[in-house]
Amino acid sequence: MISFTEIFSEFTALLAGPDPDLLEIVFLSLKVSLTATLLACLAGLPLGALLAMTKFRGKWMLTVLVNTLMGMPPVVLGLMVYLLLSRSGPMGFLQLLYTPAAMIIAQTALVLPIVTALTRQLIEDSWKDYREPLQSLCVTPMGCVRTLLWDNRVSLLTISLAGFSRAISEVGAVIVVGGNIDHLTRVMTTAIALETSKGDLALALALGFILLFIALFVNAIVYGVRARVA
Amino acid sequence: MKKAALIILVCANLLIAHTCYARDNSILVQSTTSTANSGLYDYLLPLFEDSTGIKVNVVAVGTGQAIRNASNCDADVLLVHAKTAEEKFVSDGYGIKRHNLMYNDFIIVGPAEDPANIHGLTDATTALTKIAANKSIFASRGDNSGTHKKEVQLWNKTSIDPTDNSGKWYRETGSGMGATLNISIGMGAYALTDRATWINFKNRANHQILVEGDDQLFNQYGVTVINDAKCPDSNTAQAKLFVDWLISTEGQTLIGNYRLKDQQLFYPNSQTEQ
Repeated sequence: MISFTEIFSEFTALLAGPDPDLLEIVFLSLKVSLTATLLACLAGLPLGALLAMTKFRGKWMLTVLVNTLMGMPPVVLGLMVYLLLSRSGPMGFLQLLYTPAAMIIAQTALVLPIVTALTRQLIEDSWKDYREPLQSLCVTPMGCVRTLLWDNRVSLLTISLAGFSRAISEVGAVIVVGGNIDHLTRVMTTAIALETSKGDLALALALGFILLFIALFVNAIVYGVRARVA
Repeated sequence: MKKAALIILVCANLLIAHTCYARDNSILVQSTTSTANSGLYDYLLPLFEDSTGIKVNVVAVGTGQAIRNASNCDADVLLVHAKTAEEKFVSDGYGIKRHNLMYNDFIIVGPAEDPANIHGLTDATTALTKIAANKSIFASRGDNSGTHKKEVQLWNKTSIDPTDNSGKWYRETGSGMGATLNISIGMGAYALTDRATWINFKNRANHQILVEGDDQLFNQYGVTVINDAKCPDSNTAQAKLFVDWLISTEGQTLIGNYRLKDQQLFYPNSQTEQ
């Protein structure tokens, strides 16, 4: 079995001499997952707020559906996006399969239900509490959504972090639609899967710790931002 | 809201910018994993890319999945190791022509304690028969890959159907070669693997090669250019350049020269009978 010292020496080697290949993989991971989180938030925050504030028939069904989609297995979503983007699929003409764009699309679809469902719950609770004072403030429905989202910005940052965590840590979707192509679509999680398949468990774990450090870095930045906007 | 619109525009641009470098002057290879995991591509591809300027992108999956992806036209070149399936791929119209590329061999690995006592056997079918008789744990790929197809062929010769004992001593992992080796090491199980993956595999614990050198364990790799009559979007011209280079004297010499841990991994044989 591999020892802790083995993992630690791999880890320090990775940190000490960050070779260009590793930096490229780290950068692509961040680019794909941050873009996906941003896109999912742009759509998911207003969608969640609207879902919370409006009343319509079958609302509970939509709510249950969105909540269920939070549990979408990444590999299943990856396969669906693959079938869509495959050259023989309906969107094949876009030639997006095995590109970072395909990975962004897949991760956006993974993160969107999380952001939407959590935002809905948050806004619904705050809508209940502040309905009357708020109603005087919001004249148009969109203005109302904006007010509610802004008032809850601190909690919404945590929700977007939950979405980002889902994106940066998943391997099932990006390996199917990205293909783990060296210098093109290889990200941290697919690199970890590759090293595991080579039996290099120490390197795989060391890469895993690097990934955690990246997540820590992003979380620290968001924490700083949160302190300022609060 | 203006700000949001701007952000959306920027993101849309990002997405579009990503698409541009996807297929220009590049080819896509659907490949078996052993050729990628053994480092062969890291050694070969830069040489081809430098002399032609064509970027070669490799998606390394099991042979079964590589053929399926290529059948969806998601490839320009197919490089796998399952001759019968490759020939069917060509006769179905997806491939233009299949070429022999290189060979090496399969081996049976297992724990040093060797409960079924197969060490040193040179007949793979006898070894499998003994494993089955002893009910020793055997980890099968179970994923329709090239290695799995070879394993099924060998079992067929023993007239034992191991899937009767699936979940008992016969464990179908449904995973890639590396994952299956990791599992076999964790369970102290026997496994069939290609030699290239084993030589490059680090997590061996006390597993070792127990059976090798049987003609039945021959492992032939083949390469096929995807047919643009069936897949009009494929980059057939550059794919042909790549395959012609692989099977040329230059490509074949390079393949023969590739060594890992002082061992030759692949033996070129594009000149032999198909």
